Amino acid sequence: MPSPPVAVLRHRRPPPAVRVRRLARAAFLYAGMIVALVVVLAPFAWLLISSVAEPVDLLERPLRWIPAHISLNRFVDLTVGSTPDDSALGFRAAFLNSTIIASTVTLVSMVVGTLAAYAFARLRFPGRSWLVLAFMATYMLPPIALILPLYQIMSSLHLRDTPFALIIIYSSFVTPFVIWIMRGYIESISPDLDDAARVDGCSRLGALWRVVVPVAAPGLLSTALLAFLMAWDEFLYALIITQTNASKTLPIAINDFIGRHGVDFGLLATGGVIAALPPVLIAFIFQRYIVAGLTAGSVKG
Amino acid sequence: MSTPTTGHRSRRHLVALLATVAIAAGACGGGASPSAGPVTLHALFMKQAAYSDADVKAMTDAFTAANPNITVVPEYVGYDALHDKIVTDQVGGSGLYDIVLMDAIWPAEFVKAGIVTDITDKIPADFKSGVFDSAWTAAAYQGKYYGVPWINDTKFFFFNKKMLADAGITAPPTTWDAVVTAAKAIKAKGIVQYPLVGSWKQAEAIICDWTQLAGVMGGASFVDDKGNATFNTGGGLAALKFMKQLLDDGLMNPASLGFSEDDVNSTVAAGQAAMALNWTYGYAVMNDAKQSKVAGQVDVVGSPGEGRVATSGVNGGMSLAITKNSKHPAEALKYALWLASQKSQEMDTTLAFPMWKASFDSADITKANPAFFAAAKVQFAGLVARPVVPYYTKLSNALQVAIQTALQGKATPEQALNDVAAKLPDLQK
Amino acid sequence: MSGLARARLARARASPWPETWVAAAFIAPAALVILLVVVIPLGRAAWMSVFDISLVRPGNEPFVGLRNYIEQLTSGDFWAATARALFFTVVSTALELGFGLALALLMSQPLRFQWFLRAIIILPWALPTIVNALMWRWIDNAEYGALNALLTQLGLLHEYKVWLSNSDIAMWMVIVADVWKMTPLVAILLFAALQSVDRELIEVARVDGASGLQAFRRIVLPLIMPVVLIVLVLRTMEAFKVFDIIWIMTGGGPANATQTVAIYAYQTAYQGYDFGRGAALGYIIALVIMVLAAVYLRLLGRTGR
Repeated sequence: MPSPPVAVLRHRRPPPAVRVRRLARAAFLYAGMIVALVVVLAPFAWLLISSVAEPVDLLERPLRWIPAHISLNRFVDLTVGSTPDDSALGFRAAFLNSTIIASTVTLVSMVVGTLAAYAFARLRFPGRSWLVLAFMATYMLPPIALILPLYQIMSSLHLRDTPFALIIIYSSFVTPFVIWIMRGYIESISPDLDDAARVDGCSRLGALWRVVVPVAAPGLLSTALLAFLMAWDEFLYALIITQTNASKTLPIAINDFIGRHGVDFGLLATGGVIAALPPVLIAFIFQRYIVAGLTAGSVKG
Repeated sequence: MSTPTTGHRSRRHLVALLATVAIAAGACGGGASPSAGPVTLHALFMKQAAYSDADVKAMTDAFTAANPNITVVPEYVGYDALHDKIVTDQVGGSGLYDIVLMDAIWPAEFVKAGIVTDITDKIPADFKSGVFDSAWTAAAYQGKYYGVPWINDTKFFFFNKKMLADAGITAPPTTWDAVVTAAKAIKAKGIVQYPLVGSWKQAEAIICDWTQLAGVMGGASFVDDKGNATFNTGGGLAALKFMKQLLDDGLMNPASLGFSEDDVNSTVAAGQAAMALNWTYGYAVMNDAKQSKVAGQVDVVGSPGEGRVATSGVNGGMSLAITKNSKHPAEALKYALWLASQKSQEMDTTLAFPMWKASFDSADITKANPAFFAAAKVQFAGLVARPVVPYYTKLSNALQVAIQTALQGKATPEQALNDVAAKLPDLQK
Repeated sequence: MSGLARARLARARASPWPETWVAAAFIAPAALVILLVVVIPLGRAAWMSVFDISLVRPGNEPFVGLRNYIEQLTSGDFWAATARALFFTVVSTALELGFGLALALLMSQPLRFQWFLRAIIILPWALPTIVNALMWRWIDNAEYGALNALLTQLGLLHEYKVWLSNSDIAMWMVIVADVWKMTPLVAILLFAALQSVDRELIEVARVDGASGLQAFRRIVLPLIMPVVLIVLVLRTMEAFKVFDIIWIMTGGGPANATQTVAIYAYQTAYQGYDFGRGAALGYIIALVIMVLAAVYLRLLGRTGR
């Protein structure tokens, strides 16, 4: 029989040694994947289980992983009902505050930041490059350096216990972030688009609004999502500035919960799950945009 | 818009005149007279030990029913956050609260910082004589009173009778030596792994326990009149050594170093400890069938003594202070006196003892738990105070770190306490 | 472009306003916000840091020059706190980079259910910092925590152990919580970087006889090194100023075992009521961060922006 062509030779079954190595490699990789999945998901699972388990089950020794009794009572209490000391009211107020503050901050910083980003990307003026760096520097300033004077300023302006104070403060570090990312996005859009619009009679602002924004829409969405998550997560400024339910944000409510319900682990878990839902859902659903934004923001600048 | 008729106009003038007179009359009455309009009081309480928020709500509802023009907005924080919240609110802050719960260790600091008002002259005579002296000590600084006493509390000794009985102990221990013996017996029989549990987290809680122990082990006056440290010798050192020994011998639950008073309750309630010190409210929680596995098995006696000292109790009293920034000090005082009245306090005696001597003599009140009331009467007669100095918070913070360092074996008790003694001049600034 | 179009364009571009003015108008709102909330407070903090201000001693605030700074820089407590911050930074960043790279490599393998891994990997990062801290505090609970339960049920531990109230272990538990949350971020960024590496380069190397490891070391690693460096600097900056997660999990304890420099600054200001020293501390920390930020921006510039 004539020897088979080279191409066919290559597709013959590889020798056993290689096959074993490949199998071992695959097994190793799949095992790694399982480990990764377990490590990532297990803590979430436990938090969820704790939030629906009866207190009696949580304090059981030895611990049973699947609780004997499941109860959604605490979820109901926190979302629509009440807890004996009105902390549910405070929790819901904090949830509302966080939503209002994060949304407003996102809106303000996106508008203000995109305007500035456009200027940095398209316009030529003295001091442009170091001004960008200065803005970036403010984003990176650690809050600990600013909390003292901000506390005093807000106190004397009688703004301490208002959402307004936090909106302003958060905008101060979210805006540079927006500028940073949007500048990159706008620079990647050809200036010819702007020119075309301006030839048709648009002002710079008009060009931005009519042409650049629609094209940069995915980038805008990414940045907006990241801005929202940033504002939702902030803790230190809120700790200093807020006082009562009028302005407390969700992270502070959780902090209070720990102080007031220290031994009620189930209630803490429930509060944690509710507080985590918005950002986790947003991140999960809009993953692609968020990852794109993160990459643009950190790595590409 | 139609022009008002002549009749209307003159009536409006009359109303304006009357209003002006009313306002003037009100204003002329001096600062102590209540204003005519509705008043809102902001009150800051703690959610921890002593009266529960349900209790406070009951007392407050009765108050607002009797005083319809006053609304009270209560707020609760954990004890550990209470001090900081008061200071940041009042000093350089917005001064939201009219009435705050003031712990026994804060009058000196608060008076120095100008946070609370002197109410010595405004207290009714029957309050002065009817309330235990130890409760008044908690609100006093340099001979004047800055709060209406409200909570008179100290740490009692709780024990699980069944566990003790199973180990062959029929009478509750009355000295700390006896406690150690009992604990060893319980541990040896395998009844529970760690017979003792304590609220020894790095917070004021651990200072309370340490002080109470020092009270019977050599004295708990930690700083002498000249401002020198005495806690690193005598009672303070002995108490710390004792605490370390309990941990080393495996008698005290090592997790205690992270426990609050609530955790102590739940540990005993879960049947994981046989004996513990805690505030009055522990009794109700540990014997509550809804949350305790050992309901009915927990009994209480006065804190154990040692040597020649029969018992000691740390003064954990708290008073209601009127803040200097309050715009309605008169109403706030009224509310405070209401909360502290014998009637209010007798509404619920399971979580906190009334501070009225008369309550202890009333069979109606004491019948709920005669032995406990009797023990409390004895203890309240001789409570130990922590240093009443303006720099107490700084001293306490330093001591907390030192005590925990020693208990974790990172330094000897002597070293740890001596370090704080060396720092004392700095803290006093 | 035709001459006519060019002329029209030139006319359109020649606006009555000088470009600088237009730029100023566009940037003004952002600048205003930042001026109000950053520049003014920074100035005020500088002012506060040269006085001896104690909240509980109102009215008595002497000027002390650089005393607050010198005092802190020569204070054992400050350096201990800085050392702890450095420990946290080095260990958590190293772990995040190591695990992150491993995860990124795993995510780029052709495996079944890869879509699932890639989809859920973002979740820990998305969890709010406070909830993450709360969750791990609960897991590490000495009496009822899942960690103790798991380890004893698996037979790895003889009896329940105290994790967060133990000076020796507390910092490690905080690091675990932070690494769990942040590794996905590193993994995602490195994964993106890996995806941009040209597959052909690796193929060629494999054909030439290089093993997987060699191909990785000689080809892939240098190509993704810029991203690795940037992630390194970013994480270092974040880790050094860490506050939230430690505050919730341990409050700086036990016995100051987890008291990093940011926590130390906060406690000085808000529990010692010492605003002068607190402001000075804030500046010192900010300086360190700014140095790191300069390094970051330099690196960014070099990766060919």
